[in-house]
Amino acid sequence: MSEYRLEMRGVSKSFPGVKALDQVNLKVRPGTVHALMGENGAGKSTLMKCLFGIYHMDEGEIYVDGEKVEIGNPDEALHKGLAMVHQELQPVPARTIAENMYLGRYPTKKYGPLQVIDHKTMNSEAKKWLENVKMPFNPKGKLGDLSISQMQSVEIAKAVSQEARLIILDEPTSSLTDNEVEALFRIVRDLRDRGVSFVFISHKMAELRRISDDITIMRDGTYVGTWEMKDISDDEIVKQMVGRELTNIYPPLENKPGDILLEVNDFTSIHDKSFKNCSFKLRKGEILGFGGLVGAQRTELMEAIFGIRHISSGEVKLNGKTLDIKSPKDAINNGIGMITEDRRGTGILGCLSIADNVSIASLNQYLEAGIKLDKKKIEELVQENVKKLSIKTPSSKTLIQSLSGGNQQKVIISRWLANNPDVLIMDEPTRGIDVGAKYEIYQIMIQLAKQGKGIIMISSEMPELLGVSNRVMVMCNGKITGELSSEEATQENVMYYATQF
Amino acid sequence: MDKSKKIDIKNILINNGIIVLLAVLVLYVSITVPTFRSFRNLMNLAINAAPRVIIALGVSGCLITKGTDLSAGRMVGLSGCLAGLMLQKTDAAGKLWPNFPVLNIFIVLLIVIAICAVLGFINGIVISYLQVPAFIGTLGMQLIVYGICLVITGAVPIGNLRADFITVTQGKLGPISYQFFYLIIAAAIFWFIYNYTRHGKYMYAIGGNETAAEVSGVNTKKTKIIIYTSAAAMYAIAGFLLMGKSGGGGVNLGQGYELEAIAACTIGGVSVNGGIGKISGVIIGVAVFELLKSALQFLGVDSNYQFIAQGIVIVVAIALDIRKYIAKK
Repeated sequence: MSEYRLEMRGVSKSFPGVKALDQVNLKVRPGTVHALMGENGAGKSTLMKCLFGIYHMDEGEIYVDGEKVEIGNPDEALHKGLAMVHQELQPVPARTIAENMYLGRYPTKKYGPLQVIDHKTMNSEAKKWLENVKMPFNPKGKLGDLSISQMQSVEIAKAVSQEARLIILDEPTSSLTDNEVEALFRIVRDLRDRGVSFVFISHKMAELRRISDDITIMRDGTYVGTWEMKDISDDEIVKQMVGRELTNIYPPLENKPGDILLEVNDFTSIHDKSFKNCSFKLRKGEILGFGGLVGAQRTELMEAIFGIRHISSGEVKLNGKTLDIKSPKDAINNGIGMITEDRRGTGILGCLSIADNVSIASLNQYLEAGIKLDKKKIEELVQENVKKLSIKTPSSKTLIQSLSGGNQQKVIISRWLANNPDVLIMDEPTRGIDVGAKYEIYQIMIQLAKQGKGIIMISSEMPELLGVSNRVMVMCNGKITGELSSEEATQENVMYYATQF
Repeated sequence: MDKSKKIDIKNILINNGIIVLLAVLVLYVSITVPTFRSFRNLMNLAINAAPRVIIALGVSGCLITKGTDLSAGRMVGLSGCLAGLMLQKTDAAGKLWPNFPVLNIFIVLLIVIAICAVLGFINGIVISYLQVPAFIGTLGMQLIVYGICLVITGAVPIGNLRADFITVTQGKLGPISYQFFYLIIAAAIFWFIYNYTRHGKYMYAIGGNETAAEVSGVNTKKTKIIIYTSAAAMYAIAGFLLMGKSGGGGVNLGQGYELEAIAACTIGGVSVNGGIGKISGVIIGVAVFELLKSALQFLGVDSNYQFIAQGIVIVVAIALDIRKYIAKK
C-alpha cells in the first residue's frame, strides 16, 4: 500500500492576470482526516476544483494510492474514488432520499423492450448504505424534510456507496449547530477508522483540532506547509496563514472619530445558526472595519441592522435615539444606508440608466407639487456625482450594466450620497474592482468620514481591512470575538479572533 | 464602414422584425385594396383600438414588474355589464334592474371603476403579500370575476342602453370619434406616470431588480398593489367604453382581451423579463395588432384563419423579444 491516499504535487493554475495556485502540494494519508486551511482567497477551492477536473491545471501531478491519474471531470474523479460534499449542497429536495443518492445512476430493470427504474433495488441499496454510516433514515422519505446536517450525511453515504476512498468536506459545519457537528464528526471518525480519508476545509480552529490528524496551510495561492496536528499550536497556524508582507498603499486616514453615533446592542438573529448577541458602537467620522472569515455572519448582521433580515432580540440607537427598523425603507428614513455585497444581485438596476440608478433611493427630494419629478434637478444630481466620483460614462442615460464593476460601484455609492445618510454600511465595497478604482473608493470613504459620517466596512481582504479602518471588529461563527484598535489590528490578531468562538 | 451598416440593418430587422413584416403587409393591402386606407377605416381602427390600448396600458405595468394580469378581460366584461345594467333605458322591456335609480352617467363610470379597483387591489394583495405568482393569482381572479358577472346578469344579454351612454361612447367631435380622445388622454396620463413620477420609477426599478429596489428603500409591495389596482381601473374604463360602443352585450364581453393586450405589449417592446417598456410601444403594439386584423379582413381572409395568423404573430414577437435578451448576455 502506498504511503499516501492522495498526493497532489506542484499544482499551478493561472487565470488571466492572476496566479491562483503556485506549486501547491497536498498529501493525505490513508485513514486520516486532513485539514486544509487558509484565508479567504488562499486557493483552497481552486485546488479542489483542479483535483476534480473542473479546472484544468497548468502544472502538477495527481497520484491516488501511488498511481498517477489524469482527471478530466468530477465523474472521472468519482471512478478514482474521490468524492466531494459541497458547501452548498445541490440535491433535489422534492424527491426521495434514495432517488437523490442514485441520481444519474438509477438501477434499472427490463420489461421486454421497456427499461424502467428498479425502485425496490434502489430503496434497499440506499437503506443499506445509510445504515452503513449509522443514519437509519427511511430512503423513501423526502430529502427536503431532512436538516442540512442530515442531508450532508446522505451525501456522505452516497459517496461511500460509490466506493469513495477520499471524501472532501468543504466547510461542512458552517451552518450546523453544535449537536449536528457532533453527529457529523461521529460519522467521519467511524469511516476514518474504516480506512476512508477526508480532506476537511474549515475556518474553525477548535473543530479542526478535534477532528484532524494532519493540516496543510495555504496562503495567497502558495503552499506553506504540512504538519501533524499535534505538532503545531494555534498561534503557529495563524502565523503561517497570514505571514505576508503588507505592501499595498492606502490613502492617509485623515478622519478623526468623534462622539458615539450608532449603538447596536445584543443583536441576535431569528435563526439559531446565525449571529448572536452582537453589540458594538460606531463613532461619528469613523471607519469601522468588520473582519472575519467567510461564514462569520458579518453580512447577515449588517443586513439585519438595515432591516433586510429579522432579529429575535436587539436594539439599534442612532444619536441616542432607539430606532424601530423593519425594512430597508425604515433604515433609510432614519439615516442608514447600505451598499450590499452582491452588486449584481442586489445593487444595480441593470436595465435602467445611470440617472435612474443614482436617484432611485432619493426621489422624494425631487418632487414638484408633490407628484412630478424634476428631471432637471435629477440630472444635476447625477452630473455632480459623475464629476465628484469621476464615474466614467458617456452619458447619464447609459445603462448601468454597460459600465465596468468599479464604475457601477461608484454609481451605487452615488445613490447613497444623494440620500445623505448618517451611517453608511459598505459590504465588501471593493470586491471585483480594479486597483485604481479601489484607491478612489477608499478616498471617497475617508472623505465621507471627514464629513462626520459613520462608515461600517465589511472586508474579507486583510490588507484593506487593516489599511482603511480606524478600528476593527472581528467576528467568528456569528459572534463578535474581538475588537482591535488600529494599533492592535495586525494580521495575526485579526486571524486569531477570526478562528475563535 | 459598409459592413457595420449592414449589421445595423440586420439588428433593426431583428429588433423590430414583426413591425417591419406588418408594415409590409399594410403597405401591400393599402395598394391593392384602396378602401383600406380610407379615413373611415382608419377611424374604425382607432375606435377598435381605444379600449384595447386602455387595457394594454393597465397590463403594461404588471408586465414591467415581471407580473401579468389574466383577469383583465373578465374585468372588462364585469364593468361593461354593470354599466349596462345601471344605464338601461327606464322603459326597456325586461329591464334587469327595474328599480335601479337613474344615475348620472359619470357616477356610473366611477362606480364601475371603484368596483374593479377593489378587485385589482385584491390581486395586488394576493401577489405582493401572499406572494402567489401573478399568473396564478390573476387566473383565479379571472374565474371569480366571470362567476360574479354570471351571477349578476343571469347570463342574460343587456341591451336598450340610455341615449347619453350611446352619445358618450359613440359620439364624434367633427369627424373624430370621442373614443380616439379617450385613448389619447389615457395614454398621456400613463406616459406622465411612467416617466415623471416616483411610482413610475419604482415600477421600472422593481422590474429591473426587485431586491435591489427593496434595498434602495422602495416599498415594492405598495408599488405592486398600486399597479394592479390602477390596471383594474383601466379595465373598468375599457369595459364601459366597449359596452356603449357595441350598444349592448353580455357576459362574454372582453373575453380573451387580456391575452391580446399582453401580446400587444410584447410586440411593442415591453419585455417579458421585466424592467423595460414604453407607452409608445404599447400603442404601437395595439396598432400593429389591429392593423393585422383589419388587413387580413380586407384581403378577404376567412376569420377563422385570422386567429392562426394572430397566434403566429404572438409567438414570433416573443421569440424575437427573448432573442434580444439573450444577445445582451
